[in-house]
Amino acid sequence: MADQLRVLVVDDEVEIRRFLRVSLTAHGHMVFETNSGQEALRMVVDHRPDLMILDLGLPDMDGVRVTRRIREWSKIPVIILSVRSQEQDKILALDAGADDYLTKPFGVGELLARMRVVMRRVITMEGDPVYRAGDLQVDLSRRLVTVGQREVSLTPTEFDLIKVLAQHAGRVVTHRQLIQQVWGNSYEDADRLLRVNITNLRKKIEANPSKPVHLMTELGVGYRLEGDDQG
Amino acid sequence: MMDTYHRPDPDELLAQVQAEEKRQTRGKLKIFLGYAAGVGKTFAMLEAAHQRRSQGIDVVIAYVQTHGRKETEALLDGFEVLPQRQSSYRGVTLCEMDLDGVLHRKPRLAVVDELAHTNIPDSRHSKRYQDVEELLAAGIDVFTTVNIQHLESMNDVVRQITGVTVRETIPDRLMDEADEIEVIDLPTDELIQRLREGKVYVPDQAVHAIEKFFRKGNLTALREISLRRAAERVDDQMRSYMRTEDISGPWPAGDRILVCLSSHPLGERLIRAGRRLADDLNAEWMVVFVETPGHLKMPSENRERIQRNLNLAEQMGARVEILSGAQVAETILTLARHNNVTKILVGKPLRSRWYELLRGGSVIDQIIHASGKIDVYVVSEEAQQRTISTPARAQRVRWESYLKSVLLVSVVTVVSLPVYGRLEPTNLVMFFLAAVVISALWFGRGPSILASVLSVVAFDFFFVHPRYSIAVNDTEYVLTFIGLLAVGLIISSSASLLRDQVDQLRQRESNARAVNALSKELTAAVNLDSVLQVVIRVLGQTFKRDVIILLPEGSNLNEKAATKGFSIDDNEKGIALWAYHNGQPAGRGTDTLSATAMRFMPLKTSRGVVGILGVKSIDQSRYLTQDERMLLDNFANLSALAIERASFAEQANQAESLRSTERLQSALLNSISHELRTPLSSIIGALTSLEEDSCTRNTAGRLTHATRLELIRSASGQARALNRLVGNLLDMTRLQSGQVRLNAALTDVQELIGAVLGQMQDRLHDREIDVSAPDDLPMVMMDAMLVGQTLINLLDNAVKFSPPGSRICISVVLLETLLQFSVQDQGLGIAEEERTRIFDKFYRGSAAGQASGTGLGLAICRGIVEAHGGSIWAENLVQGGLNVIFTIPMSEPES
Repeated sequence: MADQLRVLVVDDEVEIRRFLRVSLTAHGHMVFETNSGQEALRMVVDHRPDLMILDLGLPDMDGVRVTRRIREWSKIPVIILSVRSQEQDKILALDAGADDYLTKPFGVGELLARMRVVMRRVITMEGDPVYRAGDLQVDLSRRLVTVGQREVSLTPTEFDLIKVLAQHAGRVVTHRQLIQQVWGNSYEDADRLLRVNITNLRKKIEANPSKPVHLMTELGVGYRLEGDDQG
Repeated sequence: MMDTYHRPDPDELLAQVQAEEKRQTRGKLKIFLGYAAGVGKTFAMLEAAHQRRSQGIDVVIAYVQTHGRKETEALLDGFEVLPQRQSSYRGVTLCEMDLDGVLHRKPRLAVVDELAHTNIPDSRHSKRYQDVEELLAAGIDVFTTVNIQHLESMNDVVRQITGVTVRETIPDRLMDEADEIEVIDLPTDELIQRLREGKVYVPDQAVHAIEKFFRKGNLTALREISLRRAAERVDDQMRSYMRTEDISGPWPAGDRILVCLSSHPLGERLIRAGRRLADDLNAEWMVVFVETPGHLKMPSENRERIQRNLNLAEQMGARVEILSGAQVAETILTLARHNNVTKILVGKPLRSRWYELLRGGSVIDQIIHASGKIDVYVVSEEAQQRTISTPARAQRVRWESYLKSVLLVSVVTVVSLPVYGRLEPTNLVMFFLAAVVISALWFGRGPSILASVLSVVAFDFFFVHPRYSIAVNDTEYVLTFIGLLAVGLIISSSASLLRDQVDQLRQRESNARAVNALSKELTAAVNLDSVLQVVIRVLGQTFKRDVIILLPEGSNLNEKAATKGFSIDDNEKGIALWAYHNGQPAGRGTDTLSATAMRFMPLKTSRGVVGILGVKSIDQSRYLTQDERMLLDNFANLSALAIERASFAEQANQAESLRSTERLQSALLNSISHELRTPLSSIIGALTSLEEDSCTRNTAGRLTHATRLELIRSASGQARALNRLVGNLLDMTRLQSGQVRLNAALTDVQELIGAVLGQMQDRLHDREIDVSAPDDLPMVMMDAMLVGQTLINLLDNAVKFSPPGSRICISVVLLETLLQFSVQDQGLGIAEEERTRIFDKFYRGSAAGQASGTGLGLAICRGIVEAHGGSIWAENLVQGGLNVIFTIPMSEPES
């Protein structure tokens, strides 16, 4: 991953911006800041940042709207910052196209990890069709999933699921996004099907389904296939 | 020492003081009294108003009718004249005083012409004097004008003198309570002169009547009356002064007058006569109406007249009593003796002498006969009033009853024929007597009288020698006939009286039962809402009316409960508000705003008005009868007491919950300030050490790399703890304020536990976590995030209160319709008495001494579990350790 990223930080709290500026600059990134959504939209055009860190609660327009507007014309990776009472907004923003989220307060380590993951998506979009994490390997082109040396036999739906998750490896995928991509828009009872398939998938790829290490649940939000976070 | 006889009566003094107090907060009323139109009342009033204005007093003209007279109009110059309220009634636009406008303007003195005016029906009050009273009550002084013939008690005197019935009247008490009365006098000749010159306003349609009215004789009489009336007033004031100052003087003998009211039209006259007599003698007076069983059958017209008369009497200042009894004279005399009455006023009977004789003498005769020392005055009727409404009872006794008694007598005759000869004829009389008694009991008075007469005839014809002829040989039988007839009449009379009494008793009893039932139900009602529901239901059922209850909230009235689907509009609400502020009934059937369909009654207790009861008749043509009104009043009183009791209880509850909220708040502050400060201290400590070290590093660099790392880890750990605390507080607040909406979705419990363990990795890194959950658990509807939070809090507690490194077990089992979670640790458990308390807010178990916490974690768990309809509890494990168990009911998914 490119060492130096151009990062746009959108938050109305000065202290948060200062903290992000100091930490990110220390890690060699270049930081642009603003406290307003309108300004953020303009700065995406003017400064062509590689990544945007967007707070959900902005004074002029909320983060969900900013995300929607950005997604009308840009694929720039967006990481949402939310607080605990904004669960619903968080999901809306993810559905609207944000790439991942962090709940305040968070550590710099977590932020950097998320940044790496969302940047990798951009890089692997066209490239490597094989996903690896620990002993799990998903070969998208051959439709082959292995755990260690053991080949796992999946139903077509289960494979579609793990495919979508693998394509977004390391990032959260909301329930709705999964349902949309696997079952299409209006599939009755898709909610139940999703849970059932995830459970089955876990039984096949996890050593202990109660303590998953690959297919993680983000309570109330969606699922995340742990990425092989080696940078 | 003064003779005690001269001492002012303490009660009287108190009344005087109260009247004085009332007067001080009330506005002062000055009446310009005239004896006819055109004497110059308005003119005099305006002149007086000018004088006041020149003294710097804030005077407004609330309503003045100048009738186009130039000199009067000229007098309006310089005054602030308030706009009148325009209102169209039956297509004609009419002007009325704008009462609310005046109240809003709140002048010191308002000038209101023509006190006796009747307002148009959409006004708040039916009469202008009521408007004026409201102004006075609001502390506004009022100047007003009135003619003597408008005075209630003068009404019929005036009619007798002039032959003109005045319909617009004002109660005498206004005159009595007026602070000042100015008689506007003008010699009669001059007045007639003015009339001829066209200086007196005469409405076109009344020219003829006015001419009749303005005869010299009439005017002189009226003038005399008004002067006398004013003089009486002065006399009253003087006496009142003498009383308070304890000046001995010619005290009145303490007459007490009792006016006996009946249902006939004479009643009104009687009351006026009573009032005049009471005034003349300066005596107390009361009006009594004795309800007899017969009144139950009275036509509603008569009942309403009685009600009107009783109201009139009350308006004129009489004490009103309604008694019931079959013997009118006896009841009246008992009351009279109990109250030391000295004079009784009764009306001259309207019925013929014969009728009265048949009924055992008129009530008057009976009263006079038994009155002893009490004087009895008989007031005569006027010729034109001889329109007696036929007693309805005669019409109501159906002809079948007569037929039946004829048949009965025939049967007795036929039955007696075969036994004739074996029994003495005189004994056969017994059969006929039996027939008469039966007729009296079953068919009523008329048929039984018929039966008596027929019995005599039949007995004579069939059984008395010579048989089959009216003639009688033995004159002894004449005695038998008379005896039979007399016994028959007496029995029929008393039996039918008995029947009536039973009827009346039944009516009374059903009323009493209704009141009783209501009071029982009200006693059973536990809170204000159920009290209101009971009142609405019982009243609705009893009176077949829509019922509404309004209770005060701040300065407003809120509809608290009503018959299903019933509500009132703003207009009606305004009436209710008036009734509330004035503590008097308003609306239909009352004097105030009677043009509406609803009647509003204040719910009064000794502490004041607690609310308003509104009833709306479903059948608009029917008014409440006297009995029903009394019952309704009873109901209202009962309801008022119950509502007051319930609202007291509610207030006490609120106060209690407020106190406990306060306790909670102080507990919160104690707990929070401690819990916030501890992590903040270590964070600030760590950071300042680092800061200082960084500043001095170049010179000394005292901290080793390891120490620095330790400080940093401690600070960040404490910061996370702080974050958890804030998170808990936030959750608690949201749960409490009901902001939390369950975001229920089908949840895989295994997955849930996995996610929770994943989130708690750091906290649990040194623990062995044992998860036991059956593989075939169904998915359950729940808010995964909240239930996850519950598990997190429970695990957090388990970590806190068990030895480091010990095992923690999470288990899930399916119990029919419940999903049961449990979290077990190997700590010390809790004392038995704390088992339920640990789920209370801010309660910290005794074992929690050294561990940090706000006592919120478990309270949040309980909040979440209960929001799901489940329950949570704690048990000590036999092998040691605490087991916290919670259940989530499995409901069918909605989709």
